[in-house]
Amino acid sequence: MDKGITIALAGNPNSGKTTVFNAMTGARQHIANYPGVTVEKKTGKIEHKGRIINVVDLPGTYSLTAYSIEEIVARDFLINERPDVVINIVDGSNLDRNLYLTAQIRELGVPVVVALNMMDVAESRGMAVAWEDLSELLEAPVVPIVARSKTGIQDLLDKAVEVAEGARLWRPAVISYGSDIDRSLDEIEALIDGSAVYDRKYPSRWRALKCIEGDKQMLSLLKRDPVADARIEEIRNTTTKHIMDTLGEEPEAIITDHRYGYVAAITRKTLKHRIESRLDLSDKIDKVLTDRFFGPIIMMGIFYAIYAFTFWASEEPTGWFDAFFGYAKELVRASMPPGVLQSLIVSGIIDGVGGVLGFVPLIMCMFFSIAILEDSGYMARMAYMLDRVMRWFGLHGNSVMALIVSGGISGGCAVPGVLSTRTLMDPKERIATLLVVPFMNCGAKMPVFAMLTAAFFSMSRTRIMFLLTLLAWGFALLSAKLLRSTILRGPKTPFVMELPPYRLPTFQGLLIHTWERTSQYVKKAGTVILGFSIVLWAAMTFPGLPQQKQTEFEILRAEKMAHFFENPAVGQLLTDEKSFLRLGEIVEALRRASANPERSLDKTIKEDRLFALGAEADGMIRGKAQSGYVRQDLAEAASKYVALLQDLRTIDNDWRHAALSNTVAGRLGRTLEYLTAPLGFDYRVNIALIGGFAAKEVILSTLGTAYSLSESQQELEGSLQERLGKDRLWNPLKAFTLIVFIMLYVPCMATVISIRKETSWAWAGFSLAFNLTAAYLVALLVSLIGNVIGIGT
Amino acid sequence: MRKMLDNQQGIIKKISASGQIGKRIREMGLVPETPIQIRGRAPLKDPVAVKVRDFVLTLRNDEASHITVEVDAAEGDQE
Repeated sequence: MDKGITIALAGNPNSGKTTVFNAMTGARQHIANYPGVTVEKKTGKIEHKGRIINVVDLPGTYSLTAYSIEEIVARDFLINERPDVVINIVDGSNLDRNLYLTAQIRELGVPVVVALNMMDVAESRGMAVAWEDLSELLEAPVVPIVARSKTGIQDLLDKAVEVAEGARLWRPAVISYGSDIDRSLDEIEALIDGSAVYDRKYPSRWRALKCIEGDKQMLSLLKRDPVADARIEEIRNTTTKHIMDTLGEEPEAIITDHRYGYVAAITRKTLKHRIESRLDLSDKIDKVLTDRFFGPIIMMGIFYAIYAFTFWASEEPTGWFDAFFGYAKELVRASMPPGVLQSLIVSGIIDGVGGVLGFVPLIMCMFFSIAILEDSGYMARMAYMLDRVMRWFGLHGNSVMALIVSGGISGGCAVPGVLSTRTLMDPKERIATLLVVPFMNCGAKMPVFAMLTAAFFSMSRTRIMFLLTLLAWGFALLSAKLLRSTILRGPKTPFVMELPPYRLPTFQGLLIHTWERTSQYVKKAGTVILGFSIVLWAAMTFPGLPQQKQTEFEILRAEKMAHFFENPAVGQLLTDEKSFLRLGEIVEALRRASANPERSLDKTIKEDRLFALGAEADGMIRGKAQSGYVRQDLAEAASKYVALLQDLRTIDNDWRHAALSNTVAGRLGRTLEYLTAPLGFDYRVNIALIGGFAAKEVILSTLGTAYSLSESQQELEGSLQERLGKDRLWNPLKAFTLIVFIMLYVPCMATVISIRKETSWAWAGFSLAFNLTAAYLVALLVSLIGNVIGIGT
Repeated sequence: MRKMLDNQQGIIKKISASGQIGKRIREMGLVPETPIQIRGRAPLKDPVAVKVRDFVLTLRNDEASHITVEVDAAEGDQE
């Protein structure tokens, strides 16, 4: 069977590698991790002229030394997986630095096709590349392309297939590193060739070169042959000493310098600058966007614009999602008998998953905006401008990205945020960033904040959310500082980063980026949250009240009913349970009609013999002035009816209250009251917070459930916001304490799992404990200070 | 390089950093005899942006101080 051709895409970051990959594979992409490391492996299967081609997108690297995980991954893939051909994407407008990697690929010897990308940019900058000459000098085919407009991609594939089906010989290029190093290389090469122990996976000269460079991975492999290894070690030491003595540099440095010399020699012959370098558009944009004064102002403006855009654009679709889930619930309620199963589907499944999916539009708009920042090159400028600030808190310029994705502009998600800490190379800086990322205001916390602020604060939503965003940054940065000066103390890592030229993002690229992150979010809804909302539902439903208690409430209810029917005025009109229920229907219909004047009453309702009584009762409930013409007995029956409803409501209220307190969640919530009492949280808030551990989205719905489950049906009509606003036990201080607590307390399940995947269980556990402690202490402080200065009363 | 002014041009003479930082600096194309131009500094005066070869690189002042540059005589202030 034809197992197809494997093509690996290699190239510098910002060389357009991802654009080429997208152009080749379109939407047929598969993302996984390289085994054992947290580097994304993107693959895609395509068909080209009847051949199956597997395209593997290697991580973007500037070099193939073992400097970063990405470089090791790219190198190991080339050596161990032996792709049939490597397509090396080279930014034609930045030839020198890009060819540095090409030189290393050529030294390794793997069959390569050079894709000379961004020829349009090069041309507009007045550069001309003689690509035929380049091909000759590199001893590899060169294909000029413009990946953005998909120009030359087919030619590139043709060439790659041609090379893959050709001799497939590894023909390493030999670069001279000066006579001293060259001599040592020859000696080591001979030793390696002479040894029977070493495998033949690597070209011997390349291996020798890595030895001189002091590559730890390669050196450890040589230990397999102790005889040769000892000899190689000796050569290495003498060479190093000699180079240090004569040139005052480490051999590693000399090798880099020479390799750049080799590249420069090639570009001198192939690259023509028609116009001497001048300020191009990108530089002009930078003059404004990174200006000492305007830069930060514009950056804040961009944050605010993204914020406004996200909420504006997602409002409508969020409404559709809500409507859809509302409809689904109605459908289930209508088609299923009430009971445990209906409750499970409605409160457990639809509410849980719907809560998460309801945010998809918001999250998507957020990630779309972030993709624009990334693809345009502005994200790198943000890292550049904020590095000094980040460094003060013990973080790195690149931490900015993770913090923003997690909700730094408000409305992100910590799961992709945790994943984007991969750009940080130092483990300590990385873990510090990972640990503070959950403090940001992710999309799931926003609705709770929105509800609480709407209920208790008169400030505009946009303004208070902006304030909360600043608060989150403050907490995140200060705790990073705390971590970095205690358990994660360590040196700062270099910030040597490219500021890529500004580019107009391609629409396809933006969509793919947005989709990648959104799908990480949706997956969490499908798995973790579905499971947890069912568990949570069960915890809030079971165990039910003991039979004896149940009966007590039933008897209480029956007594009230019997007493009601005994009244002579009532007895005249209502004869049995059936007519009582009918009266309920009429009152309900009247209530709806008054809420919505356009709806006219049903004929059967109007002509019912109980209509007059119903109208009277409805008037009493809504406190309307009584009409003086009503018969005495009718008025009495109506007032008895209204009184009964109130009595029943109180009983039901107590009943549900008792039931919820008796459940697992209720008991846990009550136990926790000992701890949370100083913060002012009662068991219902505790239940919601426990639910929030599954996912912050759950807090709002659980709070809703906790309140609606323990209050009568009538009041359920008013939204949670109104209910809390009216509740005597709530006040602005308590609401603010809760906001702060929610902002800081435990990362959600999905985030904890991501943290574990990126680090270890120990760090994931630490993250939980750290956040919980921080949240408790800060919330306690807020509560205490608030009470002292007297806002809480 | 740390002491250079905005828009000043020069040629790298020596890189005194070794180890990881030195390697990283070199691999990004800052090797001796390479012409560079300071493009600007971040709002808090650190990091610095440098035009090298055909792209712009940023590095912190601490890292820049490892790089010795021979500044062009003509105080290159070409816009």
